[in-house]
Amino acid sequence: MKRTIGLIISLIFVSTFMACEREERGFRVQTPDANRINSTQLTSLSAGESAPQPPVKNEYEDNAFALSQGKQLFSQMNCVGCHAHGGGAIGPALMDKKWIYGSQPEQIFSTIVEGRPNGMPSFRGKLPDYEIWQLAAYVRSLSGLTPKTAAPGRNDDMQSREPENSTESQTPHRVTPPTLR
Amino acid sequence: MKRSESNYWLIGTLASASVLCSGCGYGNQSALNNAGIQSERLGSLWWLFLAITGVVYVVVMALLIVAFFRVRRAGANSVPDIKPDPARERKVGNIIKVAVAVTAITLFALMITSFSAGRAIDSLSRSQDPLEIKVTGQQWWWQIEYQNPTPSNMVTTANEIHIPVGRPIKIDLVSHDVIHSFWLPNLHGKKDLIPNYPTTIYLQADEPGVYWGQCAEFCGYEHAKMRFMVVAEPPEDFQRWYAAAQQPSQNPSTDSQALGQQIFLKSVCAQCHTIQGTPANGRVGPDLTHVASKPYIASGSLQNDRENLMNWISDPQAIKPGIRMPMNTYSQDDLNALVDYIQSLK
Repeated sequence: MKRTIGLIISLIFVSTFMACEREERGFRVQTPDANRINSTQLTSLSAGESAPQPPVKNEYEDNAFALSQGKQLFSQMNCVGCHAHGGGAIGPALMDKKWIYGSQPEQIFSTIVEGRPNGMPSFRGKLPDYEIWQLAAYVRSLSGLTPKTAAPGRNDDMQSREPENSTESQTPHRVTPPTLR
Repeated sequence: MKRSESNYWLIGTLASASVLCSGCGYGNQSALNNAGIQSERLGSLWWLFLAITGVVYVVVMALLIVAFFRVRRAGANSVPDIKPDPARERKVGNIIKVAVAVTAITLFALMITSFSAGRAIDSLSRSQDPLEIKVTGQQWWWQIEYQNPTPSNMVTTANEIHIPVGRPIKIDLVSHDVIHSFWLPNLHGKKDLIPNYPTTIYLQADEPGVYWGQCAEFCGYEHAKMRFMVVAEPPEDFQRWYAAAQQPSQNPSTDSQALGQQIFLKSVCAQCHTIQGTPANGRVGPDLTHVASKPYIASGSLQNDRENLMNWISDPQAIKPGIRMPMNTYSQDDLNALVDYIQSLK
């Protein structure tokens, strides 16, 4: 009996601290090395022997605070101007499974930094790296690719879509970019 | 009492008085230091309530003490007196009736004074031609927008509200993030800023001066460093200030300032800040068009001097952790040029 109670108490204790990382707020944090991103390949074709790239982990994807900061930036930096709140308009939708320039964290990072043909502007030098990583994490949460425990659960304003933590995870699927007419 | 002992008492009293007054900086920011008709009504109401409730407290406590000492001494073996004495019952009943009547009359009188103070405070909202200002609470600063039918005559600034003395001011309170509260104790009570629910407050300053206000509803990390300054000045001074505030920013006049402007426009700064007259039109942070004419930066938490500006630009997270503004690593030359430019924005 005593052992059971002890077990229950220690389980409660452990589960209390499990969520600590979720809410961790770093104001002067290290993010994945931005220099590695410059070598991000957009295509699987390469000259000579292709070397597989080590996947980049964006630690912000497990962090609710960083994701909500990314969500704020998504409006403040006017991403909504073209992508709307994920549904897309002038720019492609971000809440579906179709990805033109890749769905991996480092690919989204480099899309934001470099800009892309047909309208995506470059944010090189306009935002500090850690804010771009926050944005990249939020963009992935739009199609349910980040843990539901961390993705935003509510909106500051009225919004027509489900909150990000209710979005079903979409299997990323590469599509070719539309051509200019 | 010995002499040394009385000295201790004196020192103790002075020490506690100085602790009580340690919050008295920022130009005597107090709800009892009234500078407008509304806070005067609130102040006199406060004093009236204090006086009446003080008297009630003293009377009740005195009666309680009397009751303690007038306990009738009964012998250990005496039988409890449970048979009512009609004369005494009548006396007690009369006392209770009088006490209830006095309480009811006092409460009613306080209600009337409170109601009339409320009406007097509200009378400003019926005034013609108030100056309209839109105040948006942000995490953690105040955006100030002077409304004008002609959009080009509108003025946007931050954390510093200039108002003409003697004219009613209509302040529209808006928030887009969390609940803030606009509190300017020398002029009025508090009013909350609620997301998606605009509120309005009317106030008027009758005496020129600088009054400090602040957020009075906990709103996150830097709630305590969310101050704003109200400068009440004669109408002609206000007009002069307003005309200057409408102007676009000054062009850089030295090479260093020109370099600073280039750095501002090409790096992260312009993404969030607006400087009228330049391509910088970010809407995330405060408008910096006339930032050099302000005595304080960072919502009243730092004096606006060269050293503070440099520290603020390179590491704002050390001064107000949690704000949107990122740390910046500029070379010493670039930082000097940037601060030269910012200090030229009079």
